[in-house]
Amino acid sequence: MAGGAQRIYKARIKSTQSLKKIFRARELIAASRIGKARAAAAAAAPYAQAITRAVSAVASHTDIDHPLTQEEGGNRAAVLVVSSDAGMAGSYPMAIVREAEKLVGQLTAEGKEVVLYVAGRRAVAYYTFRGREIAKSWSYGSEKPTPEAAQDIAETLLEVFLAEESDGGVSEMHVVSTLFVNMVTQRARVVRMLPLEVVEGVSEADEHEALPLYDFEPSPEAVLDELLPRYVQQRIYAMLLDAAASELAARQRAMHTATENAEDLIRTYTRLANQARQADITQEISEIVSGADALAS
Amino acid sequence: MAELSVDLVSRDRKVWSGAATQVSAPSADGQIGILANHTPLLAVLRPGVIKVDTASGPAVEAQVTGGFVSVDNNLVTLVVDEISLV
Repeated sequence: MAGGAQRIYKARIKSTQSLKKIFRARELIAASRIGKARAAAAAAAPYAQAITRAVSAVASHTDIDHPLTQEEGGNRAAVLVVSSDAGMAGSYPMAIVREAEKLVGQLTAEGKEVVLYVAGRRAVAYYTFRGREIAKSWSYGSEKPTPEAAQDIAETLLEVFLAEESDGGVSEMHVVSTLFVNMVTQRARVVRMLPLEVVEGVSEADEHEALPLYDFEPSPEAVLDELLPRYVQQRIYAMLLDAAASELAARQRAMHTATENAEDLIRTYTRLANQARQADITQEISEIVSGADALAS
Repeated sequence: MAELSVDLVSRDRKVWSGAATQVSAPSADGQIGILANHTPLLAVLRPGVIKVDTASGPAVEAQVTGGFVSVDNNLVTLVVDEISLV
């Protein structure tokens, strides 16, 4: 039937074109938000520095001996998976889940019971679809994490960590999140958050400079009590910010590729439509010619 | 007289930074005043009002919900959870 193939190709071109528009828009949105996400990470840096400095100040004065730094050697481990809320980010959500599964396998092989905490709807969907039990999940707007979201997550996890194992507590906590290396490289990685090892940015005591003798108010223990939960919260917030920048970069890249693929498809379909049209014309002409021939003879 | 160099940071940004003559903060044991050459201090803050008498210009006052303050070598760092400038 003349025109049938043409009509199909036209429809495909049209739908691919509208898809392309969507991909292009998401690419541009992601690109414009990366800047904001990285600015947010930079804005949070002074707080991180201040808190790290304070923790190392306390650490250099007293032996840090706090429930949050003690190895308990129990059999339950919490895993926090930081993923994205929205899709259209290429392999980003899957890379996280793959890393998380590896960690869960490892912990299980060590004979530990894994308790899952999941942030971001994509990872929640992955685990609920597979019927896995999630202790708690958050969908916090993964593109733009707030300190409040980090606080909520940190408080929940600290509470679980400080609880006794018999009450559903855990003895260690790992975080699977994405490290923003640069615009083209983002790496899923595992960090053991608790028990705390105060290492990040702790400056070596300068031998020539005597360490100031701090007064602690009300007491070193009380200061530590206040500091360490904030330290954990700040690190979780930093991870959420890093994950947000990574997600956006991954999305921008994925959407860029998708736009290009859509363009390729449109080109292919246009060729095919042209071919179909030419075939229709050729057929019609030969029908007319042969009809005329039949009449003339 | 020596001046204090003050950094006021909250969780998501640096709120204020500059030179000051006196800082007053609500520590766990009561409102403390910090002048230049204060002994090194690390104190927990309770909810209350922070007041920074700047070296030039008007004083900075803010309501905070908690945090801590560290003083070291005339460098004062106020780290607060939530803050609203008055």
